Amino acid sequence: MKQSEFLNVVMPFKDKLYRLAKRLLVSREEAEDATQEILMKLWSKNETMTEYKNVEAFAMTMTKNFCLDRLKSKQAGNLKLVHSNYSDETTSLQRQLEAEDSVQWMERIMQELPEQQKMVLQLRDVEQYEFEEICELMDMKPTAVRVALSRARKTVREELIKKHSYGIG
Amino acid sequence: MALDNIEKLLEKYFEANTTVAEEEKLREYFAQESVPAHLEPYKPMFNYFSNAKEERFTKQVPLKTRSNLYKWISVAAVAVLTFGIYFGNEYQERRKAEYAYQETKKAFELLAENFGRGTEKVAYLKEFEEAKQKIYNNN
Repeated sequence: MKQSEFLNVVMPFKDKLYRLAKRLLVSREEAEDATQEILMKLWSKNETMTEYKNVEAFAMTMTKNFCLDRLKSKQAGNLKLVHSNYSDETTSLQRQLEAEDSVQWMERIMQELPEQQKMVLQLRDVEQYEFEEICELMDMKPTAVRVALSRARKTVREELIKKHSYGIG
Repeated sequence: MALDNIEKLLEKYFEANTTVAEEEKLREYFAQESVPAHLEPYKPMFNYFSNAKEERFTKQVPLKTRSNLYKWISVAAVAVLTFGIYFGNEYQERRKAEYAYQETKKAFELLAENFGRGTEKVAYLKEFEEAKQKIYNNN
């Protein structure tokens, strides 16, 4: 496989890999490194890549495993929890402040979910994967996926309602 | 979309029974400016999901093709080395053979010289023979 063909295959889903990596690793730099690593691994396998029927699912699974390993390893001790990844161009407009704030709030709520729920929510609600695809990626049974997803969504809802009724932020 | 419809969808959504298309409807609904007060808390949730999908991976990935180049360079180097050893050997052998030839030639020349000397001495023998014949004939 030529480099250009490889890029054509990889281009459509490289952002998804990055977003999943960022969801798990939080820091943008870490996520970028992880994505780069995954893409380079894929490139080194480009001879056999045509054998995989679904390169995207394969790459997503690789990313998931890579990030989980990363979190488990000692290096994770040096992981910075960066919350300031959002652009700092906040104007004085109250509305923008609120919007910015709710994004940060959501980000924090999702960070607190267990890894599995985090991933399922990311795959479904951000990337809009079908249930079968999520089962394949996560190596989970369909019912388990639904349970995890339902729990994740309900947790997010509870947190949001809590925040809303307190009027914090 | 009708409000009760949205509420039903929401209920299904939290039980994780909605399809991707239905979830898209929810996202669309919450993307609008104002929603009823009791649905307000859900707004950031769906907006966040839509925003989160906008994030892009912008870093350049250096894809190495150099490994391939190295492979070919090593192949070429091996070829050059084999040729070198092969022809080098042949040249060495030719030089050795030449040397042996020269040495043999020298040895033969030495031999020839000594043979020449030998025949000179044999000439005296001929003289002796002639004298002997004369004596025999006279008898």
